[in-house]
Amino acid sequence: MTVYILCFVLFLVGLYGVLTRRNLIKIAISLSIMEFSIFLILVLIGYIENGIAPILDPGRADQVYVDPLPQAMVLTAIVIGLATTAMLMAIAIRLYRKYKTFDIREIRNLRG
Amino acid sequence: MDALIPLFVAIPLISAFLIMLLSKVIKGFHRFFAPIALLCLLVMAIFEYANLGQSSIQYAVGGWSIENGYPIGIFMVLDGFSVIMLSIINLIGFIALIYSLSYIRKYTAEGNYYALFCLIIAGMNGVVLSGDLFNLFVFLEVSVIASYALVAFGVGKTELEASFKYQVLGGLASMLILLAIGLIYWKTKTLNIADVRSVMESGYSKPFYIFVQVLLISGFGLKAAIIPFHAWLPDAHSSAPSPISAMLSGVLIKAVGVYVLIRLFFNLFVFSHEIAVVITALGAISMLIGALVALMQWDLKRMLAYSSISQIGYVVMAFGMGMILIVRGDHLPVAALAIGGGLYHLVNHAVFKGLLFLNAGALEHRLDTRDLKKMGGLSSVMPITSSTSFMASMSISGIPPFNGFFSKLFIIIAAINGKFYLLAALAVGVSIVTLAYFLKFQRFAFFNKSSDPSLNHIKEVPFSMSFSMVFLALLCLALSLLAIPSVNEALLQPAIDVLMQSDLYSTTLLGL
Amino acid sequence: MEGMSTIVKKITQLVAGLIFMYGIYIIMHGHISPGGGFAGGAIVAGAFILLILAFGSSALNLKKEVGGSSNTESVAILMVAVLALMALIFGAKVFLFNFLPKGTPGELLSAGVIPLYNLFIGIEVAGAILTIFLALVIFKEESSK
Repeated sequence: MTVYILCFVLFLVGLYGVLTRRNLIKIAISLSIMEFSIFLILVLIGYIENGIAPILDPGRADQVYVDPLPQAMVLTAIVIGLATTAMLMAIAIRLYRKYKTFDIREIRNLRG
Repeated sequence: MDALIPLFVAIPLISAFLIMLLSKVIKGFHRFFAPIALLCLLVMAIFEYANLGQSSIQYAVGGWSIENGYPIGIFMVLDGFSVIMLSIINLIGFIALIYSLSYIRKYTAEGNYYALFCLIIAGMNGVVLSGDLFNLFVFLEVSVIASYALVAFGVGKTELEASFKYQVLGGLASMLILLAIGLIYWKTKTLNIADVRSVMESGYSKPFYIFVQVLLISGFGLKAAIIPFHAWLPDAHSSAPSPISAMLSGVLIKAVGVYVLIRLFFNLFVFSHEIAVVITALGAISMLIGALVALMQWDLKRMLAYSSISQIGYVVMAFGMGMILIVRGDHLPVAALAIGGGLYHLVNHAVFKGLLFLNAGALEHRLDTRDLKKMGGLSSVMPITSSTSFMASMSISGIPPFNGFFSKLFIIIAAINGKFYLLAALAVGVSIVTLAYFLKFQRFAFFNKSSDPSLNHIKEVPFSMSFSMVFLALLCLALSLLAIPSVNEALLQPAIDVLMQSDLYSTTLLGL
Repeated sequence: MEGMSTIVKKITQLVAGLIFMYGIYIIMHGHISPGGGFAGGAIVAGAFILLILAFGSSALNLKKEVGGSSNTESVAILMVAVLALMALIFGAKVFLFNFLPKGTPGELLSAGVIPLYNLFIGIEVAGAILTIFLALVIFKEESSK
C-alpha cells in the first residue's frame, strides 16, 4: 500500500512543478515526472505474490510469473512519452528563438 | 467486408511515410498522392456504411480469436456508431485536404504537412475502430501528437505559444486517461471493452468505479473541450492554419473526445445516476458559457472556437439527457430521441463548423487579417465565400430549412418531453445568442460598407478552396433530409440501438 | 558545436562500437529475453549520439545526416507495414498474422515473424531518435549564427 502512496506523491510533485514553475523547460520536465509516476503505478498493478520475471525458461516449468501485460503497456507508453517530450522541447526551443527568454510570464500574446 | 477494416489504419500510415520519403525526390508527389489516398478511404467508409445495416463486424488482428471465453487478442470493431464517425472523419478530412492544396502554398515544408495530415486521419480512424482500451489510447496519442505539430505549423509567435499550451494540457489529459485505464485493468484483469462490461455486470464496487468515471470525464473532457476544461481550445483553434482548424474543431474533438466518452459511458460502464447528472450539467454549462463569451470576440476564428465549445455542449447535454432517462427507466422513446438528436447534431456540427473555418481561412488568405473590424463589404467581391458562409451561419443558428434547425429541434423536443424544462429553455436561449453573434459576423465581414478602399480589389479564392466550400454548403442542405423519419431510421437507427441497449455490444462481440 | 577533449574522443572511439553491438544483441534477442525493438533501438541511437557529442557537429554534414536518418526511419516503417500486409496473403489471411514457421521456444531462429518485426522496429526507433537529436542540433547551429 505504501508504494502506491509514494507513486501518488511523485505524481503530486510533478503536478506542483507544472503549476508553479515559470521556466518552459521545467514545465516539460515536470510533465515527464508525472508520466513516470503513472508508469510505476501501472507496473505495480501487475505484481503477484512470490512471482518472478515473466521470461519463459525451457529448463524450469510451472513458475508463478508476475503479470506481463502492464509491462507491455508501459513499454509502449514510454515511447509515447518520449514523443511527447520531444515535441515539447522542440516547441520550447523555437519559442526561445522568437522571444529570447524561457519565462512564461513574457510569452503572453494570446488573451481573452 | 471485414478485410477492409485494418486498411482504414494501414493506408494513411503507409501514405504518410511514403510522402515523407518521396516528396524530396519527386516534385509535387505529395500534392498528388495524399488526395488519392484519402479519396480511397472515403470510398471505403461510404461502402462500409452502406453495407453494414444492423450488424456489427469484429475483426481479430493477428488471428488471435476468443479462447475459452477470454478475448486474448486485439479486436477492431465496426458497429453502427463507429461507421457514422468513420464517414465524418474521412469526409471532412478529404475536403480539408482539397482545401489545403492551395492554402498551404504560403508555407514552406509542404511535404511534412501532408504526412502529418495523413497521420491525424490514421490516428482518428484507429480510435473509432478499436475494440480495446489500450489500443484506443495509443491511436489517440498518435493523432493528438500529430495535431500538436500541425497547430504550430506556421512558426509564428502566437502559433508556438498556442501549441505549447495545448501540449501541456493534452499531456495532462493523456496521463489521467492512462491512469483510469490502469485502474480498470486492476479490477477486471482485462482490457477488451466487451469483456470489461461482462465482468462488471457480475458485480462491482461503486465508489471505485465512480472514481474511475470521474478520471475519464476529466481526461476526455480535456480532449473534448467541455467547460471547465476548455482553456486550450480558443488559442489552438484560432492560431492553427485554417484547414487544420476545420479538422480540429470539426472532427478531432469529436472523435477523440465525445465519441470515446459516449462509447465508454454507454457500452462499458453500467449507468449510474450521479454521473449522468454530472455529464448533463457540464454540457449545459458549456453550451451557455461558450455562447456568451463568443459574443464578445472580435477575432473571427476565436469566435468560431468558442462557438465550437457551445455546440459540443449541446451534443454532450443531449447524450446526458438520454443517460438520465435510461437510468430512470421510463420514457425510453424520449431517450432514443435525445440520443438521436445528439448524434444528428454531431454530424451537422462537423459539416457546418468545418465550412465556417474554411470560410475564415479564405478571408485570411486574401486579407491577411482575422479581425472583424478590419473587414467589410466583401459580399460583392467574394461571392462564393459570402454565400457559403451565409448558409453555414444560418445552419448553425438553427434556421429552417438547414440542418441545424432539425437537430436542435430534436434536442429541444426531447428535453421538453423528458421534463427537463430548464435545459430546453437554455437550449432555445443559447440558439438565439448563436444567431446574434453569427449575424454580427455576417454584417461586419460581408455586408457593412467599409471605409478601406483597398478592399475593393480583393479577388475570389482559388478553385480548390471554393470547391471544398461549395461541397460542404450543399452537404448542409442535403443533411437536412435526415430529419425525415424514414431516412432517419435507415441511417441513424443502428447507432441509436447500439447505444440504447448497452449490453448488446458485449454480448454480440463475445458470442461471435 | 565543439567537440570534447582528447580523452573523451579516444574512449568514445573504443566504446561506441561495443555499444552498437550491444544494441543489436538486445534487438535480435527480443523474443527470448527482455528488450526488443524499442529498447534496442534506443541503445543503437545512443551509440551514434555519443559519437556526435564527442567529436562535435562541425565534423559532419548535418543536412545530409538528418536526411539519411529520416529516410532510414521511413523505409523501416514501410517494411513493417509490408510485413503486416503480407500476412494478408499467406497463412490465415488476417492482418499482422504470424506466418513464418515457429520452431521451438528458446531458440534464436524461432517465433515466426517476431524477430523480423523487432529488427525493423529497432532500426526505425534508432532512426527516429537520431533524427530528433540532429534536428535540434541543426536548430541550435542556425540560431547561434
